[in-house]
Amino acid sequence: MRDMFRGFRAVFYKETLHVRRDFGTLFFSLIIPLLQMLLLGYGIDTNIRQINTVVFNADGRQESRELLDRLKNSDTFHVIRYVNSDQQMNNMIIAGKAHVGIKIPVDYSDKLLHHMSAQVLVLIDGSDSSVAGQAINVTTSIGLDESLRRALVNNETFAVDMRPKLLFNPDSRSPNFFLPGLTAILLLNVTTFLTAFSIVREKERGTLEQLFVTPVRPMGLLLGKLLPYLGIGFFELCMILTFMRFAFRVPMHGNVILLAFLSLPYIFVSLSLGILISSKANSQSEAMQLAFLTILPSIFFSGYIFPLETMPRFFYALSYFVPARYFIDITRGVILRGATIVHLWPDAVALFTMGTVLLAIAARRFQNKVIMA
Amino acid sequence: MPANNRKAEAYLAEDAADPAISARGLVRKFGDFIAVNHVSFTVKRGEIFGFLGPNGSGKTTVIKMLTGLLPLSGGEAMVEGLNVRTDAERVRERIGYMSQNFSLYPDLTVTENLTFYGRIYGLGPERLKKRMDDIIQMNGLAPYLNRLAAQLSGGWKQRLALGCAMLHEPKLLFLDEPTAGIDPVARRQLWDLLFDLSGHGITFFVTTHYMDEAERCSHVAYIYFAKLIADGTPNSLRELPDVTPAGTIRVEMTTPEVTRALKIARQIPGIRSATIFGQSIHALIEEHLDLDDLRAQLQEQGIVVAEIRPLAPSLEDVFVELTYKNQANGAQETEANRA
Repeated sequence: MRDMFRGFRAVFYKETLHVRRDFGTLFFSLIIPLLQMLLLGYGIDTNIRQINTVVFNADGRQESRELLDRLKNSDTFHVIRYVNSDQQMNNMIIAGKAHVGIKIPVDYSDKLLHHMSAQVLVLIDGSDSSVAGQAINVTTSIGLDESLRRALVNNETFAVDMRPKLLFNPDSRSPNFFLPGLTAILLLNVTTFLTAFSIVREKERGTLEQLFVTPVRPMGLLLGKLLPYLGIGFFELCMILTFMRFAFRVPMHGNVILLAFLSLPYIFVSLSLGILISSKANSQSEAMQLAFLTILPSIFFSGYIFPLETMPRFFYALSYFVPARYFIDITRGVILRGATIVHLWPDAVALFTMGTVLLAIAARRFQNKVIMA
Repeated sequence: MPANNRKAEAYLAEDAADPAISARGLVRKFGDFIAVNHVSFTVKRGEIFGFLGPNGSGKTTVIKMLTGLLPLSGGEAMVEGLNVRTDAERVRERIGYMSQNFSLYPDLTVTENLTFYGRIYGLGPERLKKRMDDIIQMNGLAPYLNRLAAQLSGGWKQRLALGCAMLHEPKLLFLDEPTAGIDPVARRQLWDLLFDLSGHGITFFVTTHYMDEAERCSHVAYIYFAKLIADGTPNSLRELPDVTPAGTIRVEMTTPEVTRALKIARQIPGIRSATIFGQSIHALIEEHLDLDDLRAQLQEQGIVVAEIRPLAPSLEDVFVELTYKNQANGAQETEANRA
């Protein structure tokens, strides 16, 4: 058994020297994810607010102004211009200056006074589905609310009062939702690239061939390479978490130590992936391309951006093979929902299994194929 | 081929003497391409075994097979008394290997490179320290211990690489073109070191392009297009009948006008081949030609020959002749195959 890992300590020693010597590169590869986080964290806000809106108020009396106030107060609409004709309103929308046009007809107040049905025209630019959806929801519910209040004249209470309440992310803040997922992607980025490069560099220099003429065993070599980067990946995770907690004020509902602990199998997977890539790639640029190939599925099929539940069955099945899926489950679970090991152990087991399988494949490939090169 | 059989028998007899390397009928195929074609040779202990051949003829492939980097497609190889097929792991513990590009870590210092390779071979701290001291003394690396390998000149890189390959005290070292791209002084120094070490019983298997290095080897093998076409001491190769066929002799003619002289010499009947060698022409001539007569013939054409004398063939002559002969054979073989 000890023989299987032969050379591990020597490689570990050498690898830490490389890391220390090339501190500049390491520093940048660690700082860039933090910058990415900064950009994405401040840049992405999926909550739709302040939609540019154009208003054509043909009525202009008190009732119409009250309705407009209610729409404005919803925080969904931001009135950029009041116009005086249908033509002007249409033009604003076609030009893309406004995404919503609200037209209150000239007889709006009259109809209300006569207890007739008053119509309000809401034109919505459907080219952005989430903006359109939000606009429809808010306008219809305000319309409904307005109708009910006028129907129930004597301060009667509503028969059914629906009160939805958001758990875990009560303010619906985007960073709270996005950053835990982003952690998984950034961590994957750094660790996969670092390990893949560290081995491919040896191929390029010819030192890998030299190592294979020594009694070092593939497992000893690979683990010796992997462990220093496991430490670096872990350090990176701690930085990202600190950043998330204090720069973006994402609340930590669960145990941060548990999260750190559960990140180890994930880092292990991404390092093994890097090693697997390096067994295929013969140059650093080739390794770079392959690494990008692994990052795309991690972004799209992990639940980071698109919810897994809405995916076609094929892609949903595919997501089981994407390590980031499990880690995003872990980060969101611990950070947002306060989940514990009881809920998350299957994710950890899945990750650890994947890592072991990937590393074993890589070791086998090194034993058989790289030797022939 | 009877000649090959006789060779094989000779190897078997030598096997009893426990050679450093014994290769019999080595074959390596890459798909349809045969990179090494039934190559057999023996390397005796303490020898500097020069392995020569043009680029792409299979030198590095043979080294990779003997060091267990490439599985054999056919044949048997015993290295340090161990079968390469079944005991590659233990073979690697006993041999040292220095590749063409020296395989050092440029971002590590001299000490760190040595320490790493020492640990890879499982040297304990005390033995490692002692071996490092020995190697540093032997190679004169002392002034550069804290320098990064990247900052060493070619000659020093090569010494460091040799040191790294020797930390675990191997009795057999494979050096794959150790002097490629090294200045002449460093080249000379390396060979002095190799002679010194081989005097202490260490065996070297060296590939090289340089003929002067081949002349220094105690045994030379020449591989040409996957086949071994010469194998012996430099002197025995010079005496091969193929090199100086019956009824011919080699002569050296010194003349100030070598280029013009070469053109004319090639026209003279009885001169089989001629090449320029510095300020002289080396020619293979038929025995019946009288040297004075030859000189007179050249003089008639206006070539002053200062000196003309018989000459033993150089190793370069040997390899050139053998290569031509094999090209001719190869052509005949393909003709025969087509028919």
